Amino acid sequence: MTAIRFRQTVLRFLIHLTLAGGSAFMLVPFFWLLSSSLKAPHEIFVFPPKWIPDPVRWANYREVFEVVSVVRYTTNTMIVTVFSTLGVILSSSMAAYSFARLRFKGRDIMFGLILSTVMLPYVVTMIPVYILFTRLGWIGTFLPLIVPDWFGGPITIFLLRQFFRTIPLELEDAARIDGASRPRIFAQIILPLSRSALTVVLVLSLLYNWNDFLAPLIYLHKRDMFTLALGLNALQHFESGLDWTHYVMVLATLMVLPVIVIYFLAQRAFVEGIVLTGLKG
Amino acid sequence: MQSSPAQSTPAAQTERGLRFFQRLSFEETLFGWLFIVPAVLGLLFFRLGPVFASFYLSFTKYEIITAPQWIGFANYTKLIKDALWLRSIEVTLWYVILFVPLSLTFAYAVALLMSRNVRGITTYRTLWYLPSVVPVVASATIWRWGLNPEFGPINYPLKVLGLPAPRWLTDPDWIVPSIVFIGLWGLGNSVLIFLASIVSVPRTFYEAAEVDGANGFARFRHVTLPLTSSIIFYQLIVTVINSFQVFGVAYVLFVSNPSASSAGPNNAALFYVLYMFRNAFGYFRNGYASAMAWILFLVVMLLTIILFYSQRRWVYYETEGGGS
Repeated sequence: MTAIRFRQTVLRFLIHLTLAGGSAFMLVPFFWLLSSSLKAPHEIFVFPPKWIPDPVRWANYREVFEVVSVVRYTTNTMIVTVFSTLGVILSSSMAAYSFARLRFKGRDIMFGLILSTVMLPYVVTMIPVYILFTRLGWIGTFLPLIVPDWFGGPITIFLLRQFFRTIPLELEDAARIDGASRPRIFAQIILPLSRSALTVVLVLSLLYNWNDFLAPLIYLHKRDMFTLALGLNALQHFESGLDWTHYVMVLATLMVLPVIVIYFLAQRAFVEGIVLTGLKG
Repeated sequence: MQSSPAQSTPAAQTERGLRFFQRLSFEETLFGWLFIVPAVLGLLFFRLGPVFASFYLSFTKYEIITAPQWIGFANYTKLIKDALWLRSIEVTLWYVILFVPLSLTFAYAVALLMSRNVRGITTYRTLWYLPSVVPVVASATIWRWGLNPEFGPINYPLKVLGLPAPRWLTDPDWIVPSIVFIGLWGLGNSVLIFLASIVSVPRTFYEAAEVDGANGFARFRHVTLPLTSSIIFYQLIVTVINSFQVFGVAYVLFVSNPSASSAGPNNAALFYVLYMFRNAFGYFRNGYASAMAWILFLVVMLLTIILFYSQRRWVYYETEGGGS
């Protein structure tokens, strides 16, 4: 009996050790980022590495605003993120409502078609979509980053449809007897009842758009239109002969911080979203 | 596609069908279509349409300023002789071969460990997943310095222990492994999905296995593995598809502008999509780049189909009722 218990304790200890060691590995880069953002440039490149900055250079966070247009980049990123998210939620929830609760000819074919594009590699649509936006004269504006989101996202539609199907039909029937129209039912019954699913979709979309690099890289070329992702990339390739690594670290920290805050605030939504899109694909 | 349990018998099916047509009202059809108008337009203009358009463009010479000019298979025959294109395939395949098995086995193993351990699981899950929310640009930035051979925190312990410290991002042989390493930092996503599937295996299966005298490994081999194989299969497909399309990390680390002529020393970071991007947005060779896109598309589709056929041998679905 004691031998078994001893073995279990050892095993438990080893599992904890592995998982904790892994967690440390996951966290070290964040710590490194934060610590480098508070150093003088010549303090970053030393051997052995200095984990705690000494002295702590808070001035980096002030000076970065003079070196790069942090406010501009952040505003741009927020414009794109907010309008894209708004669009994808509105257009996808409408489609999801129709696919989940209304019956009409062609519904299943359309849903199947939309679902089939979930795994479509983006590279195969990238060039024609770019040409389309060139023809429209939208290159260099935020429109190519925002407008496609107003036309539904396959994964979002799928996720919301699954959720809408679980809402009892009786609720809708009762509202119909009272003379409510479909748009009203959608806006006043379905959406308010789906707050948890909408939170999942909201969080995933915010994250996606805030982090996106490829689309801004393709469509935005002027510096005053840059998003944070583009600004951070550009700052690293800025050959001025000066060492700006500490500013790069500050900008990266500023870009990552809101993401981490949202992650901790909406952790349940995150986990649910990842698992739902992962398991039911 | 899901089917409701009511569809089990033919009689129930006809009855349901009848009800369906009786109630199929004009009002429902009208609003049904109205609500999906944006999504259908999106499907046409941003997904299906472009797929066909890029197929057409792959047979043309098209540099935006002039109209596309039909040149038949010329783009494709040119590709076969393009040394850089071949190089990009080499780099990408090397990445896929390293990353897919490593990330899947590693993520699955971690998920297994997490599923065994009740106390602290939430904290571990939170921390392991954290890197997955970091923007690509930021993670590339972090690792550019993190993997610095002289001063970085990764080589530090190696040097202290007197182990060989690789020149990660500067040695051509180490560039793909470096990108794999950075990718593994974002492993938490797969871990989370595997974990959810492992913990959803019904207890009764384990209890039954225990009654049959199955030890730890046998329970894993005959219960956990078959009952989570459909998720392993799904993750395999998603990981393969994504691995073929690595772009952001390599771009931030090795390319300074769209038409930059190299990607890392000896083009060791010239990933497929990177080279395609350069042709499309650096040189505006849209026909040529479209041919590259379609080849990648076909390869990915073919692989998915092969995997789908192979899954019959190793993926267990509960509805079949049979063993694995």
